[in-house]
Amino acid sequence: MIRLERRPETSRIMLWLTPVLALVLTILVGMVLFAMLGKDPLQTVAVIFVSPFSDLYNLSELLVKATPLILIAIGLSLGFRAGIWNIGAEGQFTIGALAGGAVGLAFHGTDGLWLMPLMWITGCAAGMAWAAIPAFLRTRFGANEILVSLMLVYVATLLLSALVTGPLRDPDGFNFPESRLFEGSAAMPLLMEGTRAHIGFFAALVAAFVAWLLLGRHVVGFQIRLLGEAPRAARFAGFVEARVIWFCLLVSGGLAGLAGLFEATGPVGQLVPSLPVGYGFTAIIVAFLGRLNPLGIIIAGFVMAVTYLGGEAAEITMQLPNAVTAVFQGLLLFFLLGMDVLSTYRFRLRRRVREVA
Amino acid sequence: MKLFRVMTVGIAAAVTALAIGGVAKAEEKLKVGFVYCCPVGDLGWSYEHDKGRKAIEEAFGDRVETSFVESVSDGPDAERVIRQLAQNGNDMVFTTSFGFMNPTVKVAKSFGKVKFEHATGFKRGANVATYSSRFYEGRHILGLIAGRMTTSNTVGYVASFPIPEVVRGINAAFLAARSVNPKVQFKVIWVNTWFDPGKEADAARALIDQGADILMQHTDSPAAMKIAEDAGIHAFGQASDMSRFGPNAQMTAIIDNWAPYYVARVKAALDGEWKSEDTWGGFSTGMVALAPYNANLPAKVVAEAEAARKAIAAGTLHPFTGPLNRQDGSVWLKAGETASDGDLLGMNFYVEGIEGSVPQ
Repeated sequence: MIRLERRPETSRIMLWLTPVLALVLTILVGMVLFAMLGKDPLQTVAVIFVSPFSDLYNLSELLVKATPLILIAIGLSLGFRAGIWNIGAEGQFTIGALAGGAVGLAFHGTDGLWLMPLMWITGCAAGMAWAAIPAFLRTRFGANEILVSLMLVYVATLLLSALVTGPLRDPDGFNFPESRLFEGSAAMPLLMEGTRAHIGFFAALVAAFVAWLLLGRHVVGFQIRLLGEAPRAARFAGFVEARVIWFCLLVSGGLAGLAGLFEATGPVGQLVPSLPVGYGFTAIIVAFLGRLNPLGIIIAGFVMAVTYLGGEAAEITMQLPNAVTAVFQGLLLFFLLGMDVLSTYRFRLRRRVREVA
Repeated sequence: MKLFRVMTVGIAAAVTALAIGGVAKAEEKLKVGFVYCCPVGDLGWSYEHDKGRKAIEEAFGDRVETSFVESVSDGPDAERVIRQLAQNGNDMVFTTSFGFMNPTVKVAKSFGKVKFEHATGFKRGANVATYSSRFYEGRHILGLIAGRMTTSNTVGYVASFPIPEVVRGINAAFLAARSVNPKVQFKVIWVNTWFDPGKEADAARALIDQGADILMQHTDSPAAMKIAEDAGIHAFGQASDMSRFGPNAQMTAIIDNWAPYYVARVKAALDGEWKSEDTWGGFSTGMVALAPYNANLPAKVVAEAEAARKAIAAGTLHPFTGPLNRQDGSVWLKAGETASDGDLLGMNFYVEGIEGSVPQ
């Protein structure tokens, strides 16, 4: 008989080995799936995992895809550690893009190095303000921040559509619901000409580094961890829960707002109703995939980006249906999270005979 | 630094090799790529574009090779998908949703030899052509039938987004309905989505509750058709023939028929005669078609609808002919004047007589 037994301590080896194991399992199951669809299984897997690294452009697209995921996930991970569940990063992302983008559009045609930082600050502040709503309602009235932040996603999305069909609409755009393009000083500076990779990636790295410092070396980080792991002890120690709630929600909202602004002024280049494509929700997965650890989140952000880009490449070159690449991504996440059990538990073989005796 | 240079040279060599490979291959076959906004099986917009793609394969056989990417959102992913199609040696790329406009124009600038075709947009370039269909011609026919067939004098309209395309359709259908039935009223519900069976069904039910006995839709799912069938009222299909969801309810449907355009454009590319241009085709080019009229329609109504369809195709009838006023009563078209394409493309107002307002 096989039993699961809790390890006395989390296994360090398993912590590093399980992702590899998960990847191998995903590839094996995926190959069966591809073979059943009549595609060459080896070639398909190769396309998925190799093409995102095949040239400079694809590498730059990895940065494009991973940047918002990392930036948002870093912010969320702080709250998640403290047991504060900001599920509405998608809304804060949207509001950040909307507010910062509106500043850029208001100064359309004016040049100046001051414009971009002003847009960053506005985007970040707007994301914070949006996250302040659940923070206020939670600390003041005990309202559940999961519901409030999630519901505000829909409000933000509708606000975006309302404004791009109204005041922010491109005056030369035949009344289509989209803004002017961000140009000149209002466009995100690129890392490399001819690609869409932008300097926002450094912001993501800085955010990860600061989060790492905060969690390991600062009293705020200690409060966050304690509140998550032992809330009663935190209260005995005199930590004010409300302050941590405000802190976590404001930081995650600000980073999500910044990510939204980067996305609108960088890769997308304008405000469109379809700007929010789910980064705010995917970042929740990235945060947990990265084990709420800043370095882990950076890696997880890239893993997610690879599955997206590789999936697209497989659709293009192998004519794989979109649903199948989505299943493949799901498999990878399923195994990555499922294998986690091995790092905290171990299998024990037990003889039935001994049980009888 | 040195390593970097070696890498750059290596990458450049690899890219050149790929490019040469692509050109060599292109001489054998014309590679045509399609980008779809939605799943191909959705029975609506993307499904009809995919039928156009299959028509290309049928028409040219071994001379072409087509591929497609479905469910591409028109946010940040579109540009990468379009670029990859161009990079993979496609000679022609059809981007089939309005939201792909700016990404298409951007990618086209770095792939001068690839021919891009963007559906429903207004930005062109040396290698970017645009195309769309005059669906309002089809809406005129639906309006005529609706005006004749309604007994409650209330037509329900499930609308998607308040963009010119949709507003134009409402106006065209309303004017036609009023021309045969001065008492008819339109109720419009905006669902802010192209495809969401749940929302579309809710809107359809609400419209029936408001007294509508005919449903029109500018969304892609057959949800409203199904509800019309269950409620025993009439409806019109959208984008493709939805009669299997409403065998009694569907009076006819506007069918987006991209095949003639796609075949013509690919032929032009094969013959070396492709040019960037704007195509806005209607009944006369076959790009807008109607599903067979339901046998339960009176012969008189069908005859009237057919006469109008033929007149529009022949160019003797324009669905927007003055005298026409805007909703606020101001004059839009004087007697005998027909609407310019520019006016139609940017239409963001209701014509006189429609209740409610276009969401701004």
